[in-house]
Amino acid sequence: MKKHTLVALMQDRPGVLTRAVSLFRRRGFNIESLTVGHSETPGVSRMTLVVESEAVEQVVKQLYRLVEVLKVSDVTDDPAVEREMALVKVHCTNTNRSEIVTLTQLFDAKIVDVASTSIIVEMTGSPNKVQNFVDVIRPFGIKEMMRTGRVAMVRGARTHQGSDYVGVEENGHVAAPTWN
Amino acid sequence: MSDKMTGAHIMCEALVREGVEVIFGIPGGAIMPFYYAMYEYRDKFRHILCRHEQGAGHAAEGYARTTGRIGVCVATSGPGATNLVTPIADAWMDSTPLVAITGQVSSLVVGKDAFQETDITGITMPITKHNYLVKRIEDIPYAIKEAFFLANTGRPGPVLVDITKDAQQARAVPNWNIKLALPGYKPTTQGNRKQIRAAVELLTAAQKPLIMAGNGVIMAGATEELRAFAERTGIPVITTLHGLGAFPEDHPLSIGMPGMHGWVHVNRAIQECDVLFNIGGRFDDRVTGKASTFAPNARVIHVDIDPSEIGKNVRTEVPIVGDAKVVLQALIEEMPTRVATEWMQHIRQLQATHQPKQQYLNRPDTNQLLPHDVYAALNRTLNERGNYRVITDVGQHQMWAAQLIDWSRPRTHITSGGSGTMGFSVPAALGAAIAYPDETIWVICGDGGFQMTNQELATIVQEGITNIKIAIINNGYLGMVRQWQELFEDRRYSHTLLSGPDFARLAQAYGVCGLTVETIDGVEAAIEAAYNHNGTVVIDFRVEREVNVFPMVPQGKSIGDMIEQQPTEEANPTA
Ligand SMILES: Cc1ncc(C[n+]2csc(CCOP(=O)(O)OP(=O)(O)O)c2C)c(N)n1
Ligand SMILES: [Mg+2]
Repeated sequence: MKKHTLVALMQDRPGVLTRAVSLFRRRGFNIESLTVGHSETPGVSRMTLVVESEAVEQVVKQLYRLVEVLKVSDVTDDPAVEREMALVKVHCTNTNRSEIVTLTQLFDAKIVDVASTSIIVEMTGSPNKVQNFVDVIRPFGIKEMMRTGRVAMVRGARTHQGSDYVGVEENGHVAAPTWN
Repeated sequence: MSDKMTGAHIMCEALVREGVEVIFGIPGGAIMPFYYAMYEYRDKFRHILCRHEQGAGHAAEGYARTTGRIGVCVATSGPGATNLVTPIADAWMDSTPLVAITGQVSSLVVGKDAFQETDITGITMPITKHNYLVKRIEDIPYAIKEAFFLANTGRPGPVLVDITKDAQQARAVPNWNIKLALPGYKPTTQGNRKQIRAAVELLTAAQKPLIMAGNGVIMAGATEELRAFAERTGIPVITTLHGLGAFPEDHPLSIGMPGMHGWVHVNRAIQECDVLFNIGGRFDDRVTGKASTFAPNARVIHVDIDPSEIGKNVRTEVPIVGDAKVVLQALIEEMPTRVATEWMQHIRQLQATHQPKQQYLNRPDTNQLLPHDVYAALNRTLNERGNYRVITDVGQHQMWAAQLIDWSRPRTHITSGGSGTMGFSVPAALGAAIAYPDETIWVICGDGGFQMTNQELATIVQEGITNIKIAIINNGYLGMVRQWQELFEDRRYSHTLLSGPDFARLAQAYGVCGLTVETIDGVEAAIEAAYNHNGTVVIDFRVEREVNVFPMVPQGKSIGDMIEQQPTEEANPTA
């Protein structure tokens, strides 16, 4: 099945993430990763999701049934910057520490914590590159790992802006329901 | 109005502003402030005290389905709210505009498993168009306004507003100056010009076109347009279970109902047609049978207000997102007139050879009261007297009603289709009777379904409602399940044999008229007596117990594969 990367803009209302997630579950959509956070427009959240589906159109249409959803775009075939971050706590000893440091440098990753038997590496890059790094580092012994899932943005001047869909008031606030 | 009001008064005021004339509910702790305030509003809107919240929900649905207006139901937190779940799910499946208002425990204890706390917004998330947990008095006017707006625009559906007790009790000056902030919610009504032209092209070139009309036609108030469109183009019209009444069945272009218990000639026509124009139906699996074998030769045009329905179950060549009325108007303008006589003749021939409706009424020579005797008499009476609504429950009796009554007007056939909720009919009739006190509201239900919600007879009596007549098709079985057991499970009648009380005496205990009919001769007389009695009547029709609904498409089979009539003993080795 084909993997699709979707970018969705939605009004930041209570429960909107729960609604989206509940929808994916009950419609049987197979979500590989989902990240959500603030967009450039106050009151508008931005979600990137990777879904494995033959009928991605249904995913998009069902998302639009949520009243908070402003815009959903399938950016799979667009030139896009896709990034993921991983924090990896790697087991290390005095003998292999420098080897881990070298690998980290090779991948342009950052060492953010060093202790006597472990190192935490912050790895940011394309999802492929992050996966590569994880594969390479795994033999040293990964004690803990947290991956964020991917975020995506289409290259060039084309935008997916929250302010295209919601009225931004002069003070920068979105005309959103008061019970936020 | 600059005086401070309680949140509960604001709720009442908001309902008045939405033009609500009746609400159905049951009070309890978390919704008591609202009931306290409602007392002052008893001249502004009516409250019907039901016997079970499920009844309140279905009553609101019955009101909504017959009028097209929003039905409103109310319950307290916890068990009150969860009792509303079935009607909310029902309204969701059948796109019924419903606003459910529930009380919630105080915002101070939300999330602490307080007494009668249930996360009803969490529970109803998958079965509502939207829902709200309102914890602050300031947010009440907005939430109610938006709830009513969402419930009956675009594709209608249920919306739930859960309001904490402290928000109801607080006092504030309400701000009615509300601008809805729904930038992402823009239902398309217009219908894309290009797609409409594509539809015109397909339909014009078609040799064997069919129109399939669903609930959307009725909800859009587009029955006149549908008729004009059909007459202009000469295309035969199918009406789905929820489309019954969208097109008069005595019209020369009407061919009847499709699907699991639709007519053989209709399903055959679907399998043969070259263009299928579905307007306002959602290709439910009870219509399509095995979807991959459905209408194999057809190029499909699908008109729906909800884009997510298009292409969901059946591959569609021309998608038209829009309101059925608006789209039909546009189509009428562009379609050339024509008459498709050969195709129609072919369908009529199929109809003549495959179990036409009349054959049912051609009863075998027995003294036993058959379900069809009741339907024949009811159909005659309804046609003669007019001025009726029929609410059916779920089971065999429901399918016979769909098949054997000649439906002619929109919003006269009300049933639980998508959810198939047994127990729907009696409370839904209560809502319909309140909306249309001058009409006769007939309930056709099974002995099983009747036993699920008949307590609303007490509500009907307390409210002084006199225009409901209930026909129980009493076969002493959970009939539809028994039918499947008979046909597909070697007559293993596992837990479908059903006893019940003496329904006539039960009716009398409620203070309504109860009649029992056991012979053919008694049918007409009982129906006549029901009309003559100024009050609710329950007729217990004790029918032959093991009659099956035919034709039938076995579940998961192609609609071209119908069982047309009762298999004979030899043909059915398991019998
Ligand atoms: C609430 C609910 N429970 C169970 C079912 C499954 N079911 C569908 S039809 C049916 C039998 C209905 O029996 P009855 O009301 O006597 O009607 P009949 O089929 O005999 O006409 C049952 C149990 C249902 N549709 N709804
Ligand atoms: Mg029964």
